[in-house]
Amino acid sequence: MEELIAQAAAATGYPASMVERSAAARAKAEGTTIEAVLAGWAGVEVPTAAAAGAPGGAPDAAAPAQAAAPAGAMSLEDLAAAAAEESGMPAKLLMRSATAKAKAQGVAVEAVLAEMAGVPVPTIGAPAAAPAASTSAAPAAAAAPVMAPAPEGVRTQRLLTVVKSKAIQQVKTEPVDKVNTWPHLVAAEFVALMAMTAFLLVLSVIINAPLLEAANFNLTPNPSKAPWYFLGLQELLSYFDPQIAGVLIPGLIGLVGLGAIPYIDRNPATRPSERKFAIMMFTFFLMGAATLGIIGSFFRGPGFNFTYPWTDGVFFDDLLDWLE
Amino acid sequence: MADDKVGLLERVRESVTTAPSKMRKSQFWESVFRPGSPFRAGYTDSPRGRSYVIMNNVLYHLHPVKVKRHGVRLSYTLCLGGLSFFLFIVLTITGIFLMFYYTPSEERAYADIEALATSVTFGTLMRNMHRWGAHLMVLTVFLHMSRVFYHGAYKPPREFNWVIGVVLLLLTLLLSFTGYLLPWDQLALWAITVGSNMGAFAPVIGNQVSYVLLAGVQISGATLLRFYVLHVLFLPFVIVIFMAVHFWRVRKDGGISGPL
Repeated sequence: MEELIAQAAAATGYPASMVERSAAARAKAEGTTIEAVLAGWAGVEVPTAAAAGAPGGAPDAAAPAQAAAPAGAMSLEDLAAAAAEESGMPAKLLMRSATAKAKAQGVAVEAVLAEMAGVPVPTIGAPAAAPAASTSAAPAAAAAPVMAPAPEGVRTQRLLTVVKSKAIQQVKTEPVDKVNTWPHLVAAEFVALMAMTAFLLVLSVIINAPLLEAANFNLTPNPSKAPWYFLGLQELLSYFDPQIAGVLIPGLIGLVGLGAIPYIDRNPATRPSERKFAIMMFTFFLMGAATLGIIGSFFRGPGFNFTYPWTDGVFFDDLLDWLE
Repeated sequence: MADDKVGLLERVRESVTTAPSKMRKSQFWESVFRPGSPFRAGYTDSPRGRSYVIMNNVLYHLHPVKVKRHGVRLSYTLCLGGLSFFLFIVLTITGIFLMFYYTPSEERAYADIEALATSVTFGTLMRNMHRWGAHLMVLTVFLHMSRVFYHGAYKPPREFNWVIGVVLLLLTLLLSFTGYLLPWDQLALWAITVGSNMGAFAPVIGNQVSYVLLAGVQISGATLLRFYVLHVLFLPFVIVIFMAVHFWRVRKDGGISGPL
């Protein structure tokens, strides 16, 4: 089975996983086995159905022979009627079209009409073709003209030019395994939205947003802390000069540096193992920001001095309601 | 008499059972749901039908008819970008609710916030949802950015969408920061004081930017009005434009990145 899939994948040029799924669907739809479908694509002998297929081939070969007999005997009108029935177009129009086509191609009108009608083409001027066809299709193939081999030392072709395949061939993108957005993606998104709504509702019922006393310009709380997502910056400010901690690091590294990442990281790989340095640098950045933020949030007390939350308590008013 | 009753019942039952299908074939119904909608009569759950659902839906602005199989897996994106957008919508809804009860003036702001808990139905819930939703949005935007980095999803042709994403992160922070002042309590006043003091350190333009943002050299009632307008009008307006470009670029740059 795996071998067959691999062969079929190689023959068709599609990924093995897609070939397997497609074969299963095809087999189900046509009522055959997956192996038979795969073998058909791979162009190899059908493993199990081979024995059953052999006797079935004989009547198939005989069928056109039987149909050929009337085709040879059919009159022009009968053929036109048959073609009209087959194509669903008026016989008169077909007749005109067949005449024009026959003239253009230099063949008999009957041959064109027979092709339109879907019956085997009668051999022109030889009604005896009917009995001949009943034998087999093989002699007909043998009768095809075979080109005589060129004499030694004579070149039968010459190189005119080399055209790059890209210039004349349409390059198509690789086939990608895709699923319908409806319902697969839409359903997943809906579940995510519902889960987030539930989480937010529960959070809002359990924890109240903080509200201290009314704003008072004459009463500075100790410590005074920025919103939590700026506490990492405030923490930095306690180490460095404001020009560095307040401007250089958040402005240059935080914003400009972050925005410039795609233009600095020219490595085209997306596999994590092939971009270890980039991942390392970004993880450093994330961990640094998180560490500073956590220290600023939970380890800074009155006067923004270092405290331990388990000895002096937490000075983090954003979660006031939850902490009390 | 009894037969009449049975006949009437039968007719009532028949009209009740056929009503849905009749309604679905009415002109009104068909004018509401575009061809291909699963709510229309004759919808079949086939690949063709499924394609039409998206193609004839407003969602077509966000999603293509088909998406890469790996992108649907929850573990690939954790829906972080979508959840950020969803939280923005939740914040808009709860924010509009809060706007009905809030006056951005020094005298009334704090009393209005207090009144939410005492004299407004669902006032506390709405305020809590708005506050925690805002914190969650900062978090999801940040995590979304990290996810995008670790997948290398900013690589060509998606470089510029990453830049737009950084702008969106900055706008999210600004939205949260301007909203922080509005309750006009001690926490709001002094957190914004500390925060805007940091901004004033910027070289050359620091003082000017600070003056424009605070509507003066320090926080006052004028700052409250300025932050209010920035928070409810100016910044949402700007962020919606950037979001539109962001989502559009996601699709134009070939949908979701990967697989790894």
